[in-house]
Amino acid sequence: MADPIRWARYRWQRLISTEGREVSSSSNSSSKRYQSSKTASKHRIVIPCLGHFKEEYEKVSKLYMNNKIRTTKYTLLNFIPRNLFEQFHRVANLYFLFLVVLNWVPLVEAFQKEITMLPLVVVLTIIAVKDGLEDYSKYKLDKQINNLLTKVYSRKEKKYIDECWKNVSVGDFIRLSRNEIIPADMVLLYSSDLDGICYIETASLDGETNLKQRQVVRGYSEQVSEIDPEKFSSRIECESPNNDLSRFRGFVEHSNKDRVGLSKENLLLRGCTVRNTEAVVGIVVYAGHETKAMLNNSGPHYKRSKLERKVNSDILWCVLLLILMCLTGAVGHGIWLSRYSEIPFFNIPGPDGKLIPPALAGFNMFWTMIILLQVLIPISLYVSIEIVKLGQIYLIQNDIDFYHEKTDSTIQCRSLNIAEDLGQIQYIFSDKTGTLTENKMVFRRCSIAGQEYCHEENAKRLESYQEMDSEDEDSADAQYASLNHMSKRRGHNCRAVNESLKKKSLDQLSGSYPVAGRENSASDVPHAGHVAFSSRIETDVVPDTQLLEKFSQISSHSYQQSEDAVSKLSLETTYIIDFFLALAICNTVVVSVPNQPRQKMRHSSLGRMPIKSLEEIRQMFQRLSVRRLSSSPLPSIKESSSESPNSFVSKLSIFKMKLASPALDGAAQRAAEPHNPDSPENPQLSEELDMVNVAAGSEHHSAGSSVKGSSPLSKLCYEAESPDEAALVHAARAYKCVLQSRTPDQVTVDFTGLGSLTFQLLHILPFDSVRKRMSVVVRHPVSNKVVVYTKGADSVMMDLLGTASEVGTKNSEMEQKKIKERTQKHLDDYARRGLRTLCIAKKVMSNEEYTEWLNHHFLAETSIDNREELLLESAIRLETKLTLLGATGIEDRLQDGVPDTIQALRKAGIKIWMLTGDKRETAVNIAYACKLLEPDDKIFTLKSQSRDVCALVMNKILEGIQKNTSAKKTKSQKLGNVSASPTTQAPAFSAEKCRAVVCCQATPLQKSVLVRLVRNKLKAMTLAIGDGANDVSMIQVADTGVGILGQEGMQAVMASDFAISQFRHLRKLLLVHGHWCYTRLTNMVLYFFYKNVAYVNLLFWYQFFCGFSGTSMTDYWILILFNLLFTSVPPIVYGVLDKDVSAEILMQIPQLYVMSQKSVAYLPSTFWITLLDAFYQSLVCFFVPYFTYYGSDIDIFSFGNPINTAALFIILLHLLIECKSVTWIHAVVIVGSILFYFVFTLAFGATCKTHNPPSNPYWIMERHMTDPVFYLVCLLTTCVALLPRYLLRVLQGTLFPSPVMRAKHLDKLIPEEQREAIKRWKDDCVVNCRMEFQVTSGSSSSATGAVSEEESIASVLPTSKTPLQFCSRGGLVEEVSLSDIQDESGNTNSLSSERTVFLNLSKETNSDSYGSSNCCAKVSQRTSEEGKSAISLAGLNTEQV
Amino acid sequence: KPDNTAFKQQRLPAWQPILTAGTVLPAFFVIGLIFIPIGIGIFVTSNNIREYESNVFMYYGLSNFYQNHRRYVKSRDDSQLNGDNSSLLNPSKECEPYRTNEDKPIAPCGAIANSMFNDTLELYRIDNDTRTPITLIKKGIAWWTDKNVKFRNPTGDGNNLTALFQGTTKPVNWPKPVYMLDSELDNNGFINEDFIVWMRTAALPTFRKLYRLIERKNNLQPTLQAGKYSLEITYNYPVYSFDGRKRMILSTISWMGGKNPFLGIAYITVGSICFFLGVVLLIIHHKYGNRNTSADIPN
Repeated sequence: MADPIRWARYRWQRLISTEGREVSSSSNSSSKRYQSSKTASKHRIVIPCLGHFKEEYEKVSKLYMNNKIRTTKYTLLNFIPRNLFEQFHRVANLYFLFLVVLNWVPLVEAFQKEITMLPLVVVLTIIAVKDGLEDYSKYKLDKQINNLLTKVYSRKEKKYIDECWKNVSVGDFIRLSRNEIIPADMVLLYSSDLDGICYIETASLDGETNLKQRQVVRGYSEQVSEIDPEKFSSRIECESPNNDLSRFRGFVEHSNKDRVGLSKENLLLRGCTVRNTEAVVGIVVYAGHETKAMLNNSGPHYKRSKLERKVNSDILWCVLLLILMCLTGAVGHGIWLSRYSEIPFFNIPGPDGKLIPPALAGFNMFWTMIILLQVLIPISLYVSIEIVKLGQIYLIQNDIDFYHEKTDSTIQCRSLNIAEDLGQIQYIFSDKTGTLTENKMVFRRCSIAGQEYCHEENAKRLESYQEMDSEDEDSADAQYASLNHMSKRRGHNCRAVNESLKKKSLDQLSGSYPVAGRENSASDVPHAGHVAFSSRIETDVVPDTQLLEKFSQISSHSYQQSEDAVSKLSLETTYIIDFFLALAICNTVVVSVPNQPRQKMRHSSLGRMPIKSLEEIRQMFQRLSVRRLSSSPLPSIKESSSESPNSFVSKLSIFKMKLASPALDGAAQRAAEPHNPDSPENPQLSEELDMVNVAAGSEHHSAGSSVKGSSPLSKLCYEAESPDEAALVHAARAYKCVLQSRTPDQVTVDFTGLGSLTFQLLHILPFDSVRKRMSVVVRHPVSNKVVVYTKGADSVMMDLLGTASEVGTKNSEMEQKKIKERTQKHLDDYARRGLRTLCIAKKVMSNEEYTEWLNHHFLAETSIDNREELLLESAIRLETKLTLLGATGIEDRLQDGVPDTIQALRKAGIKIWMLTGDKRETAVNIAYACKLLEPDDKIFTLKSQSRDVCALVMNKILEGIQKNTSAKKTKSQKLGNVSASPTTQAPAFSAEKCRAVVCCQATPLQKSVLVRLVRNKLKAMTLAIGDGANDVSMIQVADTGVGILGQEGMQAVMASDFAISQFRHLRKLLLVHGHWCYTRLTNMVLYFFYKNVAYVNLLFWYQFFCGFSGTSMTDYWILILFNLLFTSVPPIVYGVLDKDVSAEILMQIPQLYVMSQKSVAYLPSTFWITLLDAFYQSLVCFFVPYFTYYGSDIDIFSFGNPINTAALFIILLHLLIECKSVTWIHAVVIVGSILFYFVFTLAFGATCKTHNPPSNPYWIMERHMTDPVFYLVCLLTTCVALLPRYLLRVLQGTLFPSPVMRAKHLDKLIPEEQREAIKRWKDDCVVNCRMEFQVTSGSSSSATGAVSEEESIASVLPTSKTPLQFCSRGGLVEEVSLSDIQDESGNTNSLSSERTVFLNLSKETNSDSYGSSNCCAKVSQRTSEEGKSAISLAGLNTEQV
Repeated sequence: KPDNTAFKQQRLPAWQPILTAGTVLPAFFVIGLIFIPIGIGIFVTSNNIREYESNVFMYYGLSNFYQNHRRYVKSRDDSQLNGDNSSLLNPSKECEPYRTNEDKPIAPCGAIANSMFNDTLELYRIDNDTRTPITLIKKGIAWWTDKNVKFRNPTGDGNNLTALFQGTTKPVNWPKPVYMLDSELDNNGFINEDFIVWMRTAALPTFRKLYRLIERKNNLQPTLQAGKYSLEITYNYPVYSFDGRKRMILSTISWMGGKNPFLGIAYITVGSICFFLGVVLLIIHHKYGNRNTSADIPN
């Protein structure tokens, strides 16, 4: 996959360079700066093929690729050469090609020339067929995509006509309707949306199904009518194609040389789907392989498993062995020849009648031997491994235990060749949110103005929800099953495109696409819910009674009155109002209505719009009516003053018009039907509403009841980027502060008692991981002031609070302080309960302040160079002197079975690290909840910003650990909570000794750095598991990446090797499938080595009796087919199906995992023992017949026949000894192989008279079949050859049974006994461990034993304000740190349970990542010493129950 | 949703052998009990082979003669030997350098044929100074399939071998051409049994090849009575150059071929070892066997 793209890129660059342009590397785009037209040659110019541009168009456009894509590697013509070329990139294939060529040299020719080619040809053919089929399916897919239709503007016909995707080229105008897929990257020039907005769904690119907003190029959005391509006379200049999805730079140059900047907001990406927008028109800028989607499509990634690397090294040993044997042959032949003074009869002289000198003959013989003994290097092994892995993957994918009913998804194995690595995992790096937890955010608690609201009722609901939950979701599943499975697989882009096509067509089939689907989306369905994060558990929030009471006061008061005299209204009430407004506004949630899905609700300024939909009218009406009736005249005037008087008038006129419309009445009635009479509406309000009822039919009923949340209208869908946001919006809605609509420039909130408030949206300063907060700047409709609402992590927010709030009085200052303190207390409490916390704050700005900031902000926005940094600065400048409103606590429940899974994995000897972006308290709490930490664990915290300090702290901690343990000598476990900047090595040290590590507030980059650190420094096998885009880098870095099909899109899944739907599936995946895959493949590989060595050695021994002349006593065909046919299938079946221990036992006794984790089955000694056994067996197999037939009149091939037959029996029965479970498939295959051998040899013997010189084994097998000696020889040989291995296995099983053996015994027991035995097993382990602990602590009394006991958590707290790269260092720093440590350690002596080393440092920069600090080095040395003991005792650590 | 079948869920009923002393004990005893009688049987049979009873086979033996040398083995043309006329006149390249001589194709070509053993052995019984020649039968010494299927004289008009081999020349080392190997038509040319036997290349450098049969005259007398015999050898075949030895072997054969005690002894030994191991395992099983049945052995 990667190839065609690279090829395309290469071709593209070459095209450019032939034009005398600089080749620009498109991938290295980050370093490139956008520059103005001076360097325009680096950029592409897009012009329409219209009018006066025609000439230039023809010149320019031929440089650009058209929209035809070809992801196939081959064409019909180049398939054979190209495929062969690719295949010969493999060393193994080259080796065999070399052998084939070698055999054509007459001097060294050992076999018939053609025969040597056979294995190679077979292997090449198998792989070529596989590649061909794969490519063909790609070709079909490409064809399908290329032939999709889209509407392209035709110059001839002056209208949009249907055109295939492949015919689209750069500069074309394309018109798309709703739900159509974008065929190429294009700049948006027109949208039927009045604001010039187009919504796209990028699911096929990144899996995120929430809608993204795109804007029409500035200057075009004002056009009322659709853009006319004929009149488009501008040229577009933009950067060269690159793969950066989040960036697009360029400008439109109008004919009058005016320039308008282009950003990614203007770009519609290929593969995305247009949603919610009737029609859009755009001009294609990148097409085909140059689109961002295609450039991003890096194709499947290949990882090489650890086992494979080991196999490769062992193959090198085989090569060495081969060379040794060949050398023996060569030397032997030379010596043998030199014994003869004359030419004997049996040696054939050269053409000149003389013999070649022995040395040269020996040299030739070397090569002959290589051909003869070639099978020693198992070519079949590679093919077999591939096949076995496919089989294993097939079985994993079919495991019903991985099937998750709710999401109708099962495991996806995206990487085919690392299944066996699952059995060797030592470290698991897990994301928290969405991986360990459900990522269903449930609003649990909040604190407003220092007053906490516990939401007990909501908690109760959640408790009782459990059962209800599953039932509901089940019912919804049925409907979603069909839809969901479509979106499961998003392999590469074109597939994704294809699928979204399918999805679309399915939608069309099901009638009104979303009606079936979306109506329910508000209720349940987590998976489809990743659209809106709207499972019922999240959407339904039972309001706190206390808070509700306070709300009722607000309602009875008039907000407007309070606005007049702020002081009158209690401060608390304003806080509450602001708090909920912030919850409703401060987000990027897109609102849509279920029965008209993805149709945004809008309240545009009416002046310039035709009436679009019923909803709008209804909403507008409702807004007007409610406001008019519920508030005094004053506010409406005030409010309308924010709008133009015009619009107010027009609103009224529409209002009237609507009253007259009978159709509307019907619609309104329909809407009102489901109105729930027992809704807890404010009586006063409903009275008022009744009045409106008279005026406008039943229209407003819906408006009123929308607050309640049960009428259809109220089923607003909130599509949030993160579930937290959705949870907050839903929480606000529970308090009847309903987010009604959101457009780029306004937000409407329906607030009980206050009516609908429309905020003019001035800015959104989006969330980023540096600031850790987001803000919205709105103009308050009532006060008409600029208000900033900010929400963010408390760690950053608390520092931004202004002491001098706008109120300014001393009183309020005190109040503020108090609020801050109390809120902080609540926040800490929330964190302790494992809730996710957010601080909500606001700031009121005067117009002057705002204008000033705005000026700066505009500068930042319009700057071209380092725009991002300037915007960041600008945001920071705004977010100061905030007034704290309150805090929220959101619960994210643990997924099913997470604690059990984590416990099992830990018992399996796997160390689990939790890497999360959450704050420490939350992370630690979740860690306790999921049994990652045990209550009697000791936590060490390390928090610092510099590497050096970290090292010091580590040092201290280690010392502390040593002291503590030697003093106490208890078995209480300690947890070193080591938190350090991940660039240091400290986490790696701790990793060896810590059982669990928690790293908090880690950015995606830091996550991946940590994984890489452990992987490289400790040479450990790592597995990273995560569900979101922030885990992608970590998943890619780890040896095995596991993605969770969660709520946050498909990015993690797309980057992963395995995708599962629940964290608990990891248990079976690792403990059962990992163990199986590893042992199976290992045993098969070892068996292959054995088989080849044993068989080839038969030939080798014969050389000693034929003057090392390279004779084979077996017919060449049989020799070749022996490996290819007679003994190839059983090992494959063995590799796919063998089962040493049953799945149930493996699940229940995780300790068995250690067997595969530590490669017990494939130690270096195992390899050599296997080879030794192979040598022994071949010796027996050769010499028993040898002595039997010694001195007789037997001929060569009659001699070879019993040897070969015995070898077949030995090799197959050897497999049977090694098999742990024999099913009918094994039996069939083994018996089949033997039968096949006999049938073949008999047939061969019956027919081959002269056609196969020199052997022509005519009638040999037939004669032997009637000869009792043949059977006696075979029987004896087989028994003697297998006796040692059999005996070894028996003794092993009797005297030193491995845990696997013992577990196997459990399989045979009846269930009750089994349960009993498993229990006993666990008890034993505990007893055993304790014993050994005593031993170690007794023997060493020093640190080593103790350290191994220690277990720790490291929480990585990177600097909050500086990005990762900025680490600090310096003399001053060290002093500070030392004193800090001393202080802290003094404290910790008194504190027994929790030891916290806390360091805060000034920041400085540190450019070298692996500096040479002394203390750092010291620590590393010390820990590596201790590391050894930790490793040796690692097994003990894991087995504490 | 994956199918819930036994195969896909890896729940196929399986025989799961556990190799422990207890479970394999019977196997060892059974092997021992089977092998020892077999071995004794073979041993006795082998030792009962006497040179003088029933039909006696007369072999010549060569040692240090590497008939299994790779290039030697290849140096033949089976098509030619099968009577293929075109191969007769145009032998395979494998026969080089014994393919042609003086521009005439050699029949039979190749090194094997060229080096054919051509000593003649004659056996006389000496009875009171009178030498009675023993009748040596030269037919029936080759494989039936070789004589009748694999080896054939060239086809053509008539049975005149001289004419059929027209245009070919004799192998370099041969004193006379192939069609003069024997006087009898059905033992001449390529189907001469001595030739056929020679062409079946021996597997090991020390080998014997069947030379003649001595048929038993009647049931009352042994085939070769006790007494003095003389062997007359016409020495044609030099073996000195490769340090070879020639032998003449007289033997009868049983159902298991010639006399070779190895197989019998091996069976007896292996059987005994198995039996012994069985006893050892019995002891082990008695001492440690109980541990296996429960899981309570610590790691």
